[in-house]
Amino acid sequence: MLEETLMLSRIQFAANVSFHILFPSITIALSWFLVVFKIRYNQTGDPVWMRAYRFWVKIFALTFAVGVVSGITMSFQFGTNWPGFMETVGNIAGPLLGYEVLTAFFLEAGFLGIMLFGMNRVSNRVHTASTVIVAVGTALSAFWILALNSWMQTPQGFEMRDGVAHATDWAEIIFNPSFPYRLTHMLLASALTATFLIAGISAYRLLKGDDKRAPKLTLKVALFIAAVLAPVQALVGDFHGLNTLHHQPQKIAAMEGIWETDTQVPLLLFAVPDEETRQNHFEIGLPGIASFILTHDFNGELKGLNDFEGNHPPVAPVFYAFRVMVGIGVLMLAIAWLGSLQLVRKGSVSPLILKGLVVMSFSGWVATLAGWYVTEIGRQPWLVTGVLTTQQAATDIAPGNVALSLAMYSILYVVLLGAYLHTLFVMARRAVEIEEIQPEEVKQAGAYTSKSEVNGGQNYV
Amino acid sequence: MFDADTLAVIFIALMGLSVILYAVLDGYDLGVGILLPLDHDQHSDRMVASIGPFWDANETWLVLAVGLLLIAFPTAHSLVFRELYMPTAILLISLVLRGVAFDFRAKAPFSHKPTWNRVFKIGSLLAALSQGYMLGMYVMGFEDSWTAVAFSILSALGVAAAYSFIGACWLVMKAEGELQKKAIIWAKNSIGICMAGTIAVSLVNPWINPDVYERWLSWPNVLWLAPLPALCMALFIVNYLFLKKLPQDNDRGCWVPFVSAVVIFLLCFFGLGVSFFPYIVPGQLTIWDAAAAPESLTIILWGAIIVVPVIICYTAFAYRVFWGKVDDLKYY
Repeated sequence: MLEETLMLSRIQFAANVSFHILFPSITIALSWFLVVFKIRYNQTGDPVWMRAYRFWVKIFALTFAVGVVSGITMSFQFGTNWPGFMETVGNIAGPLLGYEVLTAFFLEAGFLGIMLFGMNRVSNRVHTASTVIVAVGTALSAFWILALNSWMQTPQGFEMRDGVAHATDWAEIIFNPSFPYRLTHMLLASALTATFLIAGISAYRLLKGDDKRAPKLTLKVALFIAAVLAPVQALVGDFHGLNTLHHQPQKIAAMEGIWETDTQVPLLLFAVPDEETRQNHFEIGLPGIASFILTHDFNGELKGLNDFEGNHPPVAPVFYAFRVMVGIGVLMLAIAWLGSLQLVRKGSVSPLILKGLVVMSFSGWVATLAGWYVTEIGRQPWLVTGVLTTQQAATDIAPGNVALSLAMYSILYVVLLGAYLHTLFVMARRAVEIEEIQPEEVKQAGAYTSKSEVNGGQNYV
Repeated sequence: MFDADTLAVIFIALMGLSVILYAVLDGYDLGVGILLPLDHDQHSDRMVASIGPFWDANETWLVLAVGLLLIAFPTAHSLVFRELYMPTAILLISLVLRGVAFDFRAKAPFSHKPTWNRVFKIGSLLAALSQGYMLGMYVMGFEDSWTAVAFSILSALGVAAAYSFIGACWLVMKAEGELQKKAIIWAKNSIGICMAGTIAVSLVNPWINPDVYERWLSWPNVLWLAPLPALCMALFIVNYLFLKKLPQDNDRGCWVPFVSAVVIFLLCFFGLGVSFFPYIVPGQLTIWDAAAAPESLTIILWGAIIVVPVIICYTAFAYRVFWGKVDDLKYY
C-alpha cells in the first residue's frame, strides 16, 4: 500500500464530499420552504408568497445543480480510489446506494423541470405536487445515504463470509443503532443551514434598501423557525452523543479530549490536545460537567483514549471540529432568539442583528462540515467500524495521478464556490431593484380567489 | 427467485438500458452544448431552454449506470475506473463545469454570461470527448499501446460528432425559424462525420479483436447480424436525404431526424453489445466473474422492477409537459 496514495485519496475524497455536502445541506430543507411558500400562496392568494417562491426557487435551482454535478463525482470515486470498500462491503453499500438512485435521484430530477419551468404548462395542483415531490425526493436521498453512513459507523445485520460482508437482515442494516440520531441531526442541520441562508440573504436585501414585503416575510419565517429548531438541534445532538458514547466510546474520548479513563471528567471549553505526549495543554474546563452530560452523574466514569491506544482517531481535528460545531450552534441560537424577540416586540429587526445575520448566512455550512468532520474523522482508523480500515480499502494507483486529479478538483471547487457565493448576492441585489408586485401576479391572485367554479379547477398560473 | 447466473444477465441488461438511455438523452443535451453559438445570444438562450427541463434527469441515467456497475459488478467497476482514472477525472470535471455553467449563465452578472456560455460549450465538448476516449479504451481492453490511444482518439471524435448530430436533430424538432434552419445545417454537417466514425469503429473493432471478428463474420452469425450495420447505414443515408428537404410546410416531419438518430444510436449500441457479451471488461472479465452476491442483487432487482417503470412513466410525463416547440425559459 502506498502511503502517499492513501493520504491523497483521503484528502481528495474529503474535498469532494465536503464540497458536495454544502449544496444538499441547503436544498434538503430549502425544498420544504418552497413547499410552504407555494401552499401559503395557494391558500391566501397573496402574491407576496409567490414572490418569495420565485426568488428562492432560482437559488434552489442553482444550488441543486451544483449539488447534482458534484454528487456525480462521488459515484465514481468509490471505484477509482476505494476499490476495497465495494469489494468488502459492496453487498450492503450497493443496495443502499442503488435505492438512493432509484427512489430519490430520479424523483428529484424528474420533477425538478416541471417545478422550475412548468408553472405555465401544468395545472397549479400538478405544479404544487411537483414541488412536494422534489422535496420528498431530497429527503429520501438523505434517508438512504445516512442509512449507509450510519451503518458504516455502527454496522449490524450482516455476516462475514471469506472476508466479504453478506447481508442477513435488511431492517437491522437500515435501522442500525446510530441511524435515527444521525438522520434527525442532519435533517435539522439542513433546516438550520437553510433558515440562516434565507435570513441572511433577506437581511442583506433589507440592508440594501429593499422595502418590499417579500424579504421581510422570509426573514420572519426563517428567524422564527431557526429560533425553534436551534434548541431542538442541541437536544438531538446530545442524544446523538449518548448514542455515540454507547457504540463508539473512542470517538467521544477524542471529542472531549479525555486521555485517561476517569470519573468527574471536566467539560473542556478549550485545550490543545498533544498526540505525542498524550495529554492536553492550556486546559480550560468546567469540572465534572462532561461526566454529568454523558452519564448524568458528576462522578460518572468516562473511558479515556488510553483504553483504545493504537485504535482511536487522531484527537486534535475531532476535538477542535466538535468545538467549532457547538460554538456556531450557540451563536445561531443566540442570534435567532435575539432577532425573534425584536420581531415580536417591535415588529422589525435592528440593523445590527441584520448585519449579524448577513455574516452568518453560511454559518450552517461551517457547523455542518465541522459536525461531519467529527463523526467521520472520529470513525478512523476504521472505514466500516470493526470490519474494514480506511487503509485496507484504498487504491494502489500511482500517487502522481491522484495528486493531479486532486489539484484539478481543488481549483475547480474554489472557483465554483466563489462564483456561487458571488452569484447569490448578485441575485439578491437584482431582487432589490425589481417592482414590488407585477400586474400579472395580481391578476393571478385574483384568479385564485374566484377559483374553481369559473374555470373548472383548471387554474393555469 | 433467480440464480446467480440469471441475475448477472438481468443486471447487465438493466445496465445496458441505463447506458443507452444516457447516451441518447444526455447525448442530445451535450450535443446542444457543443453546438452552442457564442455569437448569437438569442439562439443560445433558446438552445439552452430546449434542454433546461431535462438535462438533470438525463444525467441521472449516468449515475444509475455507474451505480449499477458499482453495485452489480464491483470488481469490474474498480478495474474499469482504475484503468480510466484520468479520463474519468476529466469527464467529471467537464460535467461539473457544464452543469453549473447552465445555471450561472442565466443568474451570474450579465457581463459574465459570455464566459459561462464558453464554459458550457467547452465543458460539453470535453465531456463528449472523454466519454468517447473511455469507450475507445474500453473496446481496446485498456491496452497500453499507441494503437489503443489512436483508436481511442478516433472514438472520442466519433462520440463528439454523434452527440452533435443527435443534438442538432433535437433542435430541428424543438426549434423553429432561423434557429431551426441553422440546426438543419448542423445536422447535415455532423451526419457525415458521424457516419464515417461509425464505419471506422465498425471496421477497426473486428480488425483488432479476433473474438469480435469471429462473432460477426463466422457462419451463420453473419446471416442474422449483417442486417444490423446495413440498416444503420441505410438510416444515415435516408436521414441525410430527408434533412435536405427540411424544413417543410407546417413543419411536417421535423421529428424524423431525431427519431432516426435515436434508432442509429440503438443499433450502434446493440452492435457493441453483440461484440462483447458476455464480457463486461473485454477479454478480461465476464459478467459472471464480476457479479455481486445474489441476495444483494435480488433485493435491488425487486426495487428496480417496481421503480424503473415508474421512472419511465414520469419521465414520459415530463417530456409531454414540455412537448412542442421551445419558448423562452422562465422560472414560472
